[in-house]
Amino acid sequence: MFTRSILAGDRGGQIMLGLLLAVTIGVTFANQFLPIDHALHVPTYTVTLLGKYLCYALLAVAVDLAWGYLGILSLGHGAFFALGGYAMGMYLMRQIGDRGVYGNPELPDFMVFLNWQELPWFWQGFDQFWLAMIMVMLIPGLLAFLFGWLAFRSRVTGVYLSIITQALTYALMLAFFRNEMGFGGNNGLTDFKDILGFSLQSDNTRIGLFIASAAALAMGYLVCRAVTQSRLGRVSVAIRDAETRVRFIGYRVEKVKLWIFTLSAVLAGIAGALYVPQVGIINPNEFSPLNSIEAVVWVAVGGRATLFGAVAGALMVNYGKSYFTAAMPEAWLFALGAIFVLVTLFLPRGVVGLFQKKSEKQQEAG
Amino acid sequence: MKLKKLVSGIALTLSASMMTTTALAEDTIKVGVLHSLSGTMAISETTLKDTMLMLIEEQNKKGGLLGKQLEAVVVDPASNWPLFAEKARELIEKEKVDAIFGSWTSVSRKSVLPVIEELDSVFFYPVQYEGEESSKNVFYTGAAPNQQAVPAVDYLMNELGVERWVLAGTDYVYPRTTNKILEAYLKAKGVADEDIMINYTPFGHSDWQSIVADVKKFGAAGKKTAVVSTINGDANVPFYKELGNQGISSEDIPVVAFSVGEEELSGIDTKPLVGHLAAWNYFMSVDAEANDEFIEAWHKYIGNEDRVTNDPMEAHYIGFNMWVEAVKKAGTTDAPAVQDAIIGVAVPNLTGGLATMAPNHHITKPVLIGEIQDDGQFEVVWKTNGTVLGDAWSDFLPGSKDLISDWRAPLACGNYNVKTAKCSGQNF
Amino acid sequence: MATVMATTLCRYPAWVLITLLALVSGMLSTAAHADSSFDQSMKLLAEKSFKKKAEAVQLLATSNHEKSLEMLQAMSRGDLYYHKKTKAIVYAEKVDGGYQIKDALTGEDLGKVGKRKVKKVAINNKLRSKLTQAMASKQLGADSAEVRLQALESMLSDISADSLPILQGRQKLEEDKDVAEVLAVAVALAQLEDKDEAVRVKALKALDGSLYPAVRIKVTKLVEKDSSKVVQKAAAKVVKTIESRVDLFGNLETLFFGISLGSVLILAAIGLAITFGVMGVINMAHGELIMIGAYTTYVVQLLMPNSIEYSLLVAVPAAFVVSGLVGIAIERGVIRHLYGRSLETLLATFGISLILQQAVRTIFSPLNRSVETPQWMSGTWEINSIFSLTLNRLYIIAFCLLVFFVLHMILKRTRLGLQVRAVSQNRQMARAMGVRSEWVDAMTFGLGSGIAGVAGVALSQLTNVGPNLGQAYIIDSFMVVVFGGVGNLWGTVVAGFSLGIANKVMEPWAGAVLAKILVLVFIILFIQKRPRGLFPQKGRAAEG
Repeated sequence: MFTRSILAGDRGGQIMLGLLLAVTIGVTFANQFLPIDHALHVPTYTVTLLGKYLCYALLAVAVDLAWGYLGILSLGHGAFFALGGYAMGMYLMRQIGDRGVYGNPELPDFMVFLNWQELPWFWQGFDQFWLAMIMVMLIPGLLAFLFGWLAFRSRVTGVYLSIITQALTYALMLAFFRNEMGFGGNNGLTDFKDILGFSLQSDNTRIGLFIASAAALAMGYLVCRAVTQSRLGRVSVAIRDAETRVRFIGYRVEKVKLWIFTLSAVLAGIAGALYVPQVGIINPNEFSPLNSIEAVVWVAVGGRATLFGAVAGALMVNYGKSYFTAAMPEAWLFALGAIFVLVTLFLPRGVVGLFQKKSEKQQEAG
Repeated sequence: MKLKKLVSGIALTLSASMMTTTALAEDTIKVGVLHSLSGTMAISETTLKDTMLMLIEEQNKKGGLLGKQLEAVVVDPASNWPLFAEKARELIEKEKVDAIFGSWTSVSRKSVLPVIEELDSVFFYPVQYEGEESSKNVFYTGAAPNQQAVPAVDYLMNELGVERWVLAGTDYVYPRTTNKILEAYLKAKGVADEDIMINYTPFGHSDWQSIVADVKKFGAAGKKTAVVSTINGDANVPFYKELGNQGISSEDIPVVAFSVGEEELSGIDTKPLVGHLAAWNYFMSVDAEANDEFIEAWHKYIGNEDRVTNDPMEAHYIGFNMWVEAVKKAGTTDAPAVQDAIIGVAVPNLTGGLATMAPNHHITKPVLIGEIQDDGQFEVVWKTNGTVLGDAWSDFLPGSKDLISDWRAPLACGNYNVKTAKCSGQNF
Repeated sequence: MATVMATTLCRYPAWVLITLLALVSGMLSTAAHADSSFDQSMKLLAEKSFKKKAEAVQLLATSNHEKSLEMLQAMSRGDLYYHKKTKAIVYAEKVDGGYQIKDALTGEDLGKVGKRKVKKVAINNKLRSKLTQAMASKQLGADSAEVRLQALESMLSDISADSLPILQGRQKLEEDKDVAEVLAVAVALAQLEDKDEAVRVKALKALDGSLYPAVRIKVTKLVEKDSSKVVQKAAAKVVKTIESRVDLFGNLETLFFGISLGSVLILAAIGLAITFGVMGVINMAHGELIMIGAYTTYVVQLLMPNSIEYSLLVAVPAAFVVSGLVGIAIERGVIRHLYGRSLETLLATFGISLILQQAVRTIFSPLNRSVETPQWMSGTWEINSIFSLTLNRLYIIAFCLLVFFVLHMILKRTRLGLQVRAVSQNRQMARAMGVRSEWVDAMTFGLGSGIAGVAGVALSQLTNVGPNLGQAYIIDSFMVVVFGGVGNLWGTVVAGFSLGIANKVMEPWAGAVLAKILVLVFIILFIQKRPRGLFPQKGRAAEG
């Protein structure tokens, strides 16, 4: 019932979640129960690919929450995504145990190789799944909280904020590239074996992760929807449109901003954590400013300030990317660049906006 | 309702295009080419893609393989490391390729590795790398550190009388390992701690003023000094430019590089670099018949007389021919059969010798030291007498000196610890 | 006399011999044509082994043959070839399908031969330094003071007591002041090995303050090894002076590096200071406009391969025009529709940057392009032997200041500048006063873009000219502008220099990466404290 009240009046959201449920069940069935040579069989390759897209979609929802509903264009959400990913990666590394190439039961291979004698303090406890999961949310959340606490109090807004979020993710990228940091440097964390005792190479685990991603996306969507429908959400939209006025009315603008920004970072972290076991590697390139900007583009393409639009945008752009990089590798950057330009110029409300506008017109006509 | 249509339409095309299982007639043998064609690594990897296409075309002209034509399947992992794993899976599961030739960076190989092992395929890696790895499914046709770095240091020490060493590298795993091996090696040769300077810089480092000035000071201590450079890619141009500008010539402080080849030099004005060194297993300038033929074929294929050839291209040339021989020997393209058959296969390399695939999945290579000439080519100034076999596990690292690799039955293990008599780290 | 000389010579190292003989040959100035050692060396040059060739160089160095120096020089330039069959040493010039060769000794034209008929007399590093030494020894008595100076300096590290007589002999003849100074150092260095304690102390006095590395090495050795306490003490004093001076110059060097890094940052950022600072447009394609400037330099050099020396002078205006036009096109085509929506501008221009990058990849290939450095820009300005400033960096610092000055003048003294400032402060009012604000927007953006292109010309001299050039500088540029305060050219300059110097001061102890991270973190924190940068300014941008 809770779900229904949140989704009341959210046609797009209803459709999106319905489709998500249908696809999840359909794909699971088609992968698990249809024989391999059946025309509708979904190979595991596709399942993992879809799982990856769903993680991106959750990241897009997080970006949209900050950008669409709060007016903060974060060019550093990739950093939260990657931090969540690293937390998960650290758990997975610890699960390898003595199956690494050097057979060290305690230290991951890259540490043995750098002559580290013992596990650094920040790796302690990551062999516990629950702790790792807390860290997945805590670390991005904490970083966002600190960053926001500083930035919002001193009223850094607009493009300045965008630029320093970009500096943040850039600084983190440089830091994680350093081998001394203890996160595997450029190679990052890889060669994972299993999660919670299930082998990452088995089809069942992959399906499990896919379902988990779908569930996380659905939950993330509902949470965001709930927040945006709440009082907090309405204040936040007001801040987006006229920050000074909201402040004069007596709201603590920076508090609202801080909570929503932190929530958004936590969601990005969860997306990252689900992404890592499915793609099998996390490395500092995930911090690259380009990735964060791409996430913003998914939202812009789908339609800013419509959460299901963000989901649609992420799926469309990433599918386009998968397709183009195989069919016309040269054309991919041209296409991506053109999408940026055309969407901002002609579709300020994204693809979803295009259809909403039409249906509104039809309603008027009818 | 329009929206619903749209969304479901997208979902439909999405799933439809992805679900098309490739029910292809088995009239060709498919070979996967997994090199970045966009992004930062495109600069190096595009050439390797072209090399593979040329080799496959030539093989087809010779009548193909096992009576079938070869078909190249090219995908673009776009210099994105997770995408390497995804595309590798696509190649094997969806395109059903029988072998993959690809990767350049270590991280991309590490990303691909679990997928190749899980799906039990065959993967050829053509670039010099840090060693410390041996997989049942991967064949390393580039140089291991003992086929490049160690001989180069020997040359500097014995021929040029170098006593002081700067180990400069980009901060990632290949330079880190190479420098660790070299440090241990130099110390074993009696070089004192204060005569070794180690420096790491980030990718694409562009401001070398301070570091070059430090090198200059380090080199002014009255002992012959050399720089052993594992600086990667884009950072090299500003590095060499700064060396030239600060007046450090190859006579004062020679630089020997392991990642600078003909292709990298084609983007540099080489006049100030004359006399600096590089260690490889192949140079375009090598005087050999096989090399002349290869260069001619390459120029014809690419349609440009100015294009250079380089070491990783030779590695693909060797790797591809080895695979062809192994398939002929096994009579099938099935991965397990090819993996067995390829061990011991010997094919000609481009420098007038033979390359043999050893049981540790590394190959034998000659080591050549070349000096940069003003035309962007290398002049070979030294070479090993015979060929050197690549070491999967370095003898100079404490963690790996007890490890050996032998993929033949009965051992069939990539990292067998001779002390504990255990085989660890295998994914199956 | 000859026998006396021969016996003395035996005790001397080879190079002394060489020098002596060179002097003798100079004095006698007889052209000894029938010189067996010279003929022998010509034979050895055609050998493949580097050892044999080293022997040849040794022989050439001692030979009095009038062509011996010429041969050494030609060899070090890589001009010498040998005929594979006749083993004759020749000069060869590449012509279609082979080489045009002529005899190296007689200059006689030997006609055209096939590509594989001749082979270069290859030299390696060891041989190259031997050649330098051999040439130096022959040039100690050269006519040009500069050549003598170089020859002397390249000999400093090998000086021993045995060199004294020759050096002192030269000292009497030497007229040039600079050369005499180095000679004095060389003589003092040689005297450090004297048996007489007083001579050693006197020599140390003469060496006090000299910064040649050879001096430092030798004197440092004396501090511990000398038998006399007095000499040890004197040496320690000299070392102390040298070290304090080395420290001083080390700091000056760091400062110079910082300034030079700062000027690169300023060049990259100053165009942005116009488009972002004055107009309030977030142009993520700024880096690509720099890249276009760098590629323009490459194209200019392609078009005028024979006059590389002047290519940069042509490239600067060319890059300004090309990047400026691209900038105007971007402004007219895209940005103009997005004024007032700065976040959207950011996205759209980012898209443009991707398109430009890929366009360059398609046109010029993803490989880096080689841009040559003109002769006048390479080399160093040597202040003393441990402190020298690289010329290209000096030029770039000067160029940076020039660009800043010109921009400043444009904004402050021209009609366009007045209009730009008017529009940026109050668009409506400016329009009411008859300023064509659209035209001003386009011109301002073109100006900022053009300056970016000019920065590209400078960067082409320092780093890769490739499709990723722009991305490497975009974040740094934004940092500089934001740190300096938007809308303020002075702020950009101060910010650029201070970030550059901070980076370089931190680099020695923090390492290059950590220094950069620290600078970034500092900027992030600084912006929290002063959200409008070092020099905040009121205007359109400040309102956004």
